[in-house]
Amino acid sequence: MSYIILYALLGVGLFVLGLYALIIHAHLLRKILAINVMGTGVFLVLVALAARHQDAPPDPVPHAMVITGIVVAVSATALALILMLKVYAATGKTELHDGKPD
Amino acid sequence: MTDNQQTGKAFRLLLVLLLSAIAGWLAYAVLALSSSPAGLGEQVVTHLDTSGVGNPVTAVLLNFRGYDTLLEMAVLLVALLGVWSLGGIADYRESPPGPVLDTLSRLLVPVLILVAAYLLWVGADAPGGAFQAGSVLGAAGVLLLLSGWRLGNRFAGLLLRAVLVLGLGLFVIAGTGLFLIGGAFLEYPPSLAGGLILLIEAAATMTIGATLAALFLGNRPRVEPDK
Repeated sequence: MSYIILYALLGVGLFVLGLYALIIHAHLLRKILAINVMGTGVFLVLVALAARHQDAPPDPVPHAMVITGIVVAVSATALALILMLKVYAATGKTELHDGKPD
Repeated sequence: MTDNQQTGKAFRLLLVLLLSAIAGWLAYAVLALSSSPAGLGEQVVTHLDTSGVGNPVTAVLLNFRGYDTLLEMAVLLVALLGVWSLGGIADYRESPPGPVLDTLSRLLVPVLILVAAYLLWVGADAPGGAFQAGSVLGAAGVLLLLSGWRLGNRFAGLLLRAVLVLGLGLFVIAGTGLFLIGGAFLEYPPSLAGGLILLIEAAATMTIGATLAALFLGNRPRVEPDK
């Protein structure tokens, strides 16, 4: 049981770490990577909590959700990366304009 | 300038405090969960006989919650359409692959295809299935793209599009067909379920593999006019 909690807490840690990086970094690639780390944390929590039951086999429903989620995360990342390259091609910057005058 | 740096430091400290609070709150939420939840696991095990497969995860993905998987295939297709409609990347420079990458990819790709087929087949009764097999196929595709291989003219047009929509298309056709012959949408009759799931999974595997490789390339493969 205790190692399941350890995995779940590790997932929470990854999520918060990703959230910190998402807020603190302006570079879009770092933001995309940060969102991926956050997603990985969520997947880790789901997979860990699926095995909470003491003597039953792990719950297959969260596992199925994670498998679906991973593929969706990959395709969303690909779309985000193309958008980032387009922003770079259009503005020459890898950051979004924050509305302040230059 | 020092004013700015000080505000930055103060902001960062505030952020760390705030995120620590969020981390503590989430950790408390995880720790407070009961250790014997009333999950759906038991229900899945009870109805596993009627699902047509022996692996509970595959049963959930392709049978009990098949609608989720159908929509997920749609998400993959929409993401690829989004990437293609953005027009790809203008300065896509390619360098010839080194001898190691070239030789290794020739050796590895057949093995990867074999592994994907095995994962697809074994997914009925053991860990594995369409997504794992599709990811392995996608990896084979990425390896081929990295070593400079491109789709030939004959395949880049209609055939590629057919493969890209095959998974979603077959899923929708199977679901609608079952609906029309009297069942509910995506409600497989237990006697046919095993075969139907394998068929849909095979189509989904090819689509996932092709879509992942196409997403990696970013550009829509252009059909060059014949010389």
